[in-house]
Amino acid sequence: MAILTFERKYRVRGGTLVGGDLFDFWIGPFWIGFFGVTTAFFTFIGVGLILMGAAMGGTFNPWLINIAPPDLSYGLRLAPMSQGGLWQAITVCAIGAFVSWALRQAEISRKLGMGYHIPIAYGVAVFAYITLVVIRPVLMGAWGHGFPYGIFSHLDWVSNVGYQHLHFHYNPAHMLAVTFFFTTTLALSMHGGLVLSALNPAKGEVVKTAEHENTYFRDLIGYSIGTLGIHRLGLFLALSAGFWSAVCIVISGPFWTRGWPEWWGWWLNLPIWNK
Amino acid sequence: MSLTARVGLVFAAALCVVIVLMTFERPPVNATQVGFRGTAMEQVVNPRTQAVRLAANRIPEALEAADTEGEKANEIYENVQVLGELSVAQFGRIMQAMTEWIAPEQGCAYCHNVENLASDEVYTKVVSRRMLQMTRHINADWTPHVGTTGVTCYTCHRGRPVPAAVWAATIQPLNGLQAPNGQNHPAPVANDSSLPAEPFTPFLLQDNEIRVISTTSHPRSNTANIMSAEWTYALMMHMSEGLGVNCTYCHNSRSFANWSTSPPARLTAWHGIRMVRDINNAYVVPLTPLWAANPRGPAEGPHMARVGPAGDALKVNCATCHQGANRPFYGAPMLQDYPELGLVSQGPLRAASAAPQ
Repeated sequence: MAILTFERKYRVRGGTLVGGDLFDFWIGPFWIGFFGVTTAFFTFIGVGLILMGAAMGGTFNPWLINIAPPDLSYGLRLAPMSQGGLWQAITVCAIGAFVSWALRQAEISRKLGMGYHIPIAYGVAVFAYITLVVIRPVLMGAWGHGFPYGIFSHLDWVSNVGYQHLHFHYNPAHMLAVTFFFTTTLALSMHGGLVLSALNPAKGEVVKTAEHENTYFRDLIGYSIGTLGIHRLGLFLALSAGFWSAVCIVISGPFWTRGWPEWWGWWLNLPIWNK
Repeated sequence: MSLTARVGLVFAAALCVVIVLMTFERPPVNATQVGFRGTAMEQVVNPRTQAVRLAANRIPEALEAADTEGEKANEIYENVQVLGELSVAQFGRIMQAMTEWIAPEQGCAYCHNVENLASDEVYTKVVSRRMLQMTRHINADWTPHVGTTGVTCYTCHRGRPVPAAVWAATIQPLNGLQAPNGQNHPAPVANDSSLPAEPFTPFLLQDNEIRVISTTSHPRSNTANIMSAEWTYALMMHMSEGLGVNCTYCHNSRSFANWSTSPPARLTAWHGIRMVRDINNAYVVPLTPLWAANPRGPAEGPHMARVGPAGDALKVNCATCHQGANRPFYGAPMLQDYPELGLVSQGPLRAASAAPQ
């Protein structure tokens, strides 16, 4: 395995946040660490509970398994297992596993002397999830506002939350999130196209360098962000997409109860054109 | 950073903060579950806004009940065509009620020549006669929509000679190559979205199908298209706004068409759409000549539009009765206090001027 040539550099001790040297060991290629243990713990329990929910729900069809949050009438209390309590327990396990994984990434970053880019980037996705199942439900006063765990059922939830606001495309944060998602893919495709073009020249020509890449975009749009810059831009675009997704859902309900088109009334009523 | 850039940034940041603080609502909010848990079928309301709505949708105190015994109105008064079966006491009571409901400022003179109350010379009297028949028709024949709660004149009028929420055909601006479909303009009836501005003519006057779900994934035989979806969407936004509810009050959006996953309110609404069509076609539109002859109301006033910009009558939509409540007056049963409205004669009107044109 080619990876083995790097092993000596990566297999260094230290960098842990919790547990000192106690969990600082490898099993095969996998580093364990304290948060590796907690990740595995929460994952096993959580997946087990999902399977239990599937058994109680009467289908093991992966598309149709649905573990729904409690009725709104339970508010922010615990619900019986078959009435949404399972959803609450799975949520605890999911957050435990996701946060453990982010902290494990942080430990590995420290071990390798890297920046915290990876745990921060992953943390934005975890933040979006926590927004959906904790922050927004707490703001609205019931766990029942969380989304159900199921492939089809969570899509139905997304659709219905959108239609709670008549036309979700008018949600300003949704507009930003969608724009960032599209721009992420646009930037990635342009970057990928550029790199592949530079690395796969026509027969008989030499492989092109960053100077060629910069020149191409300077010719095309008058500016090249550069080889390092494009990765910073990519990270910014991707994280912004996730961040504004979280914002767009947390404002829908707690901070706006009506149709989203109507929110733009302040714009339509600006004294510039509304006389 | 230059001073100008700093000042500019601070100003832009302050503007953003002002917009965010001034335009949004805040928790706590109230939510009512409509569907199975986890489907997000729920009505979310701001309790501060809801308090205002509740206050704005109260029924007035009922007048003291009238004696049903005694001589009938048509035995005492002349030219009593639709309220003749009422006792004289009941007749006086409903006249008083209608004055308070419809023309509290103008009084009897809004519909009557006070020198000769039997005369039909004021056109509003002819209109109100037909409106009485309409009210009776709604309460008697449209129970799938109005149930036993029913409607009275006040359901729509609320102390105004012309109900607050009515619609008429709009004259669309024709800018450049723009089609007159209301696109790229905020449509007030559709929550200020850029959807067709007047979806009522096709659906609440004509009986076009309100149906845009494809039954096939193939293009050729598919009658559903984006344009019909937008017309339908605009109508549905009006219904949501008119009733103060969101789409999930009647639909599970995983399939708008599927009745088996829709809340029962959708059936009530289905009948409501047909009821409004019936009212517009059978009662409102036939009175157009009377309004066209008095486009700004009776000579004595109040002078407010009685026809739309295109000259057609001001017609009924969902908001006319509902006025932002899922049930008019949030279900307060006003009709039960006015048995007089159940005695309106549905027979044809006699005077030539009284007949719908």
